[in-house]
Amino acid sequence: MTDETQGIPEPEGPVELIDTEYEIGQDNVEGSVGPFGFDIHNPVFVISGLTIVIFVFYALVFREQATEAFGALRPWLTSTFNWFFLGSANIFVIFCLLLIVTPWGSVRLGGRDATPDYTYAGWFAMLFAAGMGIGLMFFGVLEPVYHMAISEPLGVPSPFAEDGTIIEENVEAAKRMGLAATIYHWGLHPWAIYAVVALALALFSFNKGLPLTIRSAFYPIFGERVWGWTGHIIDTLAVFATLFGLATSLGFGAQQANAGLEHVFGLPNNVEVQVVLITLITAVALVSVLRGLDGGVKVLSEINMVLAALLLLFVLLVGPTLLILSDFVAGLVTYAQDLVALSYPLNREDTGYMNGWTAFYWAWWISWSPFVGMFIARVSRGRTVREFVICVLIIPSLVCVLWMAVFGGVAIDQVLSDPANSAVKAQVIDSYNPPISLFAMLEGLPLAGITSTLGIVLVIVFFVTSSDSGSLVIDTITAGGKVDAPVPQRVFWCTFEGAVAIVLLLGGGLSALQAMVISTGLPFTVVLLLMCVAIGKGLASEPR
Amino acid sequence: MFTRIMVPVDLTHIDRLQKALRCAADLAKLYSLPVIYVGVTTALPGKLAHTPEEYTDLLAAFSAEQGADEGIETGFHAILSHDPAVELDPALIRAAAELQADLIVMASHIPNLMDYVWPSNGGTIASHAKASVFVVRV
Repeated sequence: MTDETQGIPEPEGPVELIDTEYEIGQDNVEGSVGPFGFDIHNPVFVISGLTIVIFVFYALVFREQATEAFGALRPWLTSTFNWFFLGSANIFVIFCLLLIVTPWGSVRLGGRDATPDYTYAGWFAMLFAAGMGIGLMFFGVLEPVYHMAISEPLGVPSPFAEDGTIIEENVEAAKRMGLAATIYHWGLHPWAIYAVVALALALFSFNKGLPLTIRSAFYPIFGERVWGWTGHIIDTLAVFATLFGLATSLGFGAQQANAGLEHVFGLPNNVEVQVVLITLITAVALVSVLRGLDGGVKVLSEINMVLAALLLLFVLLVGPTLLILSDFVAGLVTYAQDLVALSYPLNREDTGYMNGWTAFYWAWWISWSPFVGMFIARVSRGRTVREFVICVLIIPSLVCVLWMAVFGGVAIDQVLSDPANSAVKAQVIDSYNPPISLFAMLEGLPLAGITSTLGIVLVIVFFVTSSDSGSLVIDTITAGGKVDAPVPQRVFWCTFEGAVAIVLLLGGGLSALQAMVISTGLPFTVVLLLMCVAIGKGLASEPR
Repeated sequence: MFTRIMVPVDLTHIDRLQKALRCAADLAKLYSLPVIYVGVTTALPGKLAHTPEEYTDLLAAFSAEQGADEGIETGFHAILSHDPAVELDPALIRAAAELQADLIVMASHIPNLMDYVWPSNGGTIASHAKASVFVVRV
């Protein structure tokens, strides 16, 4: 009878578990506050919670000082350490590409005979929604147009003369560079950053038997010390970056969604509406959190993917389809040709683009990588390293390229074919109004009311997915890697994140704290470089 | 009267299950029924086990020990869940159907105010499972 009732039918195959004295949950404190049970890591939970409260308080009380300090910190970091960010990101891409071609690629996450937990469709949807869904909505129109006309990457001149007339001979090169420079920020490099973190976490949890927290990836380097303060600091930093990253983008996201609602429906643009939006997003995220990984995040991610595909298809078909497709190819070719020049970290002339955009983006993706990487890790069991890297690196990059080519291509076409009447030109080039850029582009196409509404819905649902998956990640880290901690804990983090966003929105301080989150990108770059070493060590000891 | 008893067990908190385990064993002896111990685990390393395989081994050992101690026929069934904190109830209800268990014996928690907002595991399973459910108060 035992055989027929055994629930996990297939053996997962041999893995090389790390032999550590540490027992998962040994530092945890279990108990209950009134009717709420908890099971939290001591001291990561308390320290993270307290530091977050202290920083919110600091940003509110010393608002001007905080804005000044952190506001200056960010440009200083990106202009001083630009070479470090660019160089490291290149290392991550090369490292990932090497994993695809070396024999290490055949190691399977979860053991040699493990089967994937999710189908390709569900997996991709989740990778995407967590990774960059929201960014695509905001930068899909803005960035290609901006790089074409203003930032002049690699010194490619703008097609607009100072008096606003079009210089014909600059048009072709600027158009291509606009797309290529955008693709560079959304293609291989960011996904390589996510892939490194996700792979490290997946490998050390599924194959090495360590808890699913950021510190586990450092076991090969720090040994048993990762269970002490070294690990506490790494985990706390990850929680800190994730919560503030989510809360500040939720705050800004609400402002942007509000701008969209004003533009499309004439809704008032004020703090009250934004607080309602944050509350709404948090409430939906709570429902999703309570429905769990499969019933919540996965379902929402799939809905998002379908909606985003519909919007993409609409813009592709209604816009100048052939032109877009040729732009797509031209942009991709220019990207391939200029990839080395764009990612070259030293002695660059185009510092506006390199520091203001590239280094900023790299710091941004890296500060988000603990969150996205951990989420990707959790849903990737059963894939081989090669399959994992191809699917996390190449396929999302291609989708991003297509997205940018379609949205950016249509926008660039609108700007260049009729500059005087182009809403995109007015909102991106003449005045810098990022939240409106997408809606300005949709305005130039038929059925703008419907597509803009779809755009707003997508923005909101992408935020719900981030808030939801972020709460799961923070809860897991602060529970010492346990994924079955009592549900009220997730509810706590999800609500806490919404509350921090509202407090910062009302009291000011959103941009100060966001600048601070981005500055965590610097220490995390070192962390990620160490992770590459750890992955190498981990894979080398794995049976293939 | 019944053909098979299913007992959901949380191997990390065996101490809280003693009464329920006792009831299940007594019922099994009274009606000469087999008891199947059902445990839920994740693919991720946890307090008890590093892999699903290790967990299954632990559950098997637990089931064998209960069988030997009580002199009853026992079996076990491990469920792999992506998110056990929320997927527990539906997973147990499905398991009862799959295992064709017609009696579920399980431990309850101490009822509290939150039960109005948050349904208890025992309560949910009693309302939704096809089998009879015996919820044993801790």
